[in-house]
Amino acid sequence: MKSKTWFRNLALLVGFAFLYIPILSMVVYSFNNSRLVTVWDTADSPTLKWYRVLFSNEQILSAAWLSIQVAAVTATGAVILGTLAGLVLARFGPFKGRTLLSAMTTAPLVMPEVITGLSLLLLFVSLEQLIGWPQGRGFATIAIAHITFSMAYVTVVVQSRLATFDDSLEEAALDLGARPAKVFFRITLPLILPAILSGWLLAFTLSWDDLVISQFVAGPGSTTLPMVVFSKVRLGVSPDINALATIMVTIVGIGVVLSAFYMRRQERRLALEMQLAKAEKA
Amino acid sequence: MARSQIRQTQQPPIDAWGAGRLGLIFSLLYRFGPPRWSQYVRKNWAGQRLVIGIPYLWLILFFAVPFIIVLKLSFSEVRLAMPPFAPLIEKVSDAAYALNVNLGNYLFLLSDTLYVNSYLYSVKVAAVSTVFCLLIGYPMSYAIARSTPTMRNIWLMLIILPFWTSFLLRVYAWVGLLKTDGLINQFLGMFGLGPFTMMYTDFAVYIGIVYSYLPFMILPLYSNLEKHDLTLLEASADLGAGPVKSFLRITLPLSMPGIIAGSLLVFIPAVGEYVIPSLLGSSDQLMIGRVLSDEFFANRDWPVASAVSIAMLLLLVVPIVLFQRYQNQELAGARK
Repeated sequence: MKSKTWFRNLALLVGFAFLYIPILSMVVYSFNNSRLVTVWDTADSPTLKWYRVLFSNEQILSAAWLSIQVAAVTATGAVILGTLAGLVLARFGPFKGRTLLSAMTTAPLVMPEVITGLSLLLLFVSLEQLIGWPQGRGFATIAIAHITFSMAYVTVVVQSRLATFDDSLEEAALDLGARPAKVFFRITLPLILPAILSGWLLAFTLSWDDLVISQFVAGPGSTTLPMVVFSKVRLGVSPDINALATIMVTIVGIGVVLSAFYMRRQERRLALEMQLAKAEKA
Repeated sequence: MARSQIRQTQQPPIDAWGAGRLGLIFSLLYRFGPPRWSQYVRKNWAGQRLVIGIPYLWLILFFAVPFIIVLKLSFSEVRLAMPPFAPLIEKVSDAAYALNVNLGNYLFLLSDTLYVNSYLYSVKVAAVSTVFCLLIGYPMSYAIARSTPTMRNIWLMLIILPFWTSFLLRVYAWVGLLKTDGLINQFLGMFGLGPFTMMYTDFAVYIGIVYSYLPFMILPLYSNLEKHDLTLLEASADLGAGPVKSFLRITLPLSMPGIIAGSLLVFIPAVGEYVIPSLLGSSDQLMIGRVLSDEFFANRDWPVASAVSIAMLLLLVVPIVLFQRYQNQELAGARK
């Protein structure tokens, strides 16, 4: 048994080193004074030079602002559509066309991005020829494309959350005469709220991070942050990108830890309330 | 009755830090319940069609119709597309024109070895990366599944955290590590080794894919390994089997569904990968995602790009169907 513990610890050590050394190297070298990314300048480091360079780069800042706007619109749209689809798939039972809906919400999860990007661009071009909309490509087409692939993730999240509750509460409310819309807003929605929040954040991240699909459906005037970063790093390493990565890792790290605590508290409170309710009834 | 419901609210440990961290993974962690008739449907209320209709229409318009357009364009008369490019085959007569052009894009794919090679190369890269993901991911999933519940949550959080940071930046991090004057070579240099050429090689692409897709392998494997009945291993040890034999005869066969799910989750998107080979791979041998993109942006040949994507889909149909079959089996298992 002793040797097995040793083996497990080794597996975890090697695995997490593999996952985190690249991220750590970016964080460390973002404070490096030297332009040569891999040469540590002991004399003048650590420095915030590259953060200043980053924040004085107009192109990166405007691209980041566009990306935030697209991601917020995407996340909101994807949450609305994905929640509806998840609700339908988890609660509406069999209906005509269910298989197709289910296939269309799972296929984008594994679909290579180049295919999704190409097909959406061809759609936008055809639509423009047919009905004159969208005129050119930009914010709207990027947002539509992002909503389409990220709503699939929201759907699965909501659907799997719904599957962990049976529908007895909803049925009880319906039996007591509540209308379906009221049942949804008073019972279903509060139950799946954590999933909807996760879904929103997930869709935001997916949109914020997407390069390939944006490259297909973006117009000349609309450059998202990943597009700027990609064109920069294709030419080689640049230290201000390390600074950008460090900022993003910090935000994500804080966010994940906070949400972990929050979710944990919510879950505990929910479980406690359920138990109390059951105890009261008994 | 009351007790069973209380137990139902006690969720697997992963839920403690939030439902639905990652959709796809959670579909594996929380097996969907079987579809059931709910009162939502029995009451047949007025808004029902609307609720079904809105996401349905969106997906038809922005997911299904685009594929039909791609399919059509891959067979199509070239003039349908706007950008300038010469027709593949000139019009001889109406009939000949139609026939030739219809299959022309696909014949072109078959006739030029560039495309066939790219397909084979993409499959090779995806397959090798999947194997390495499995070799690294399996021991990690195993170790996580056998840790204490508190540690399990921390490990899982650490596995998922990189997901929330930019994929592009995580691939870019490897440029600094793999370069000839990069950190790995500096490290090896301290022992008098190297420098090795790692950037712009297949090795770099494998690293990039394994690194990016490792969590997709670990999470389904973990959700499988976590459910194993450990008394089976005790029984086999009691009966005199060593740890290796016990693993090969009990744990490995039981974890096959997790291995298959994880492998498909890595393999399918890896075949069409574009960013990783563009940043880390060589420009001599292109993966099919890059070929499609070049065909579209550089050559502006939309019909051929469409034909490439249809051919890529045909290549991926078998693994996708396999994956869906796996999910359906899981559904059938959950129903019992």
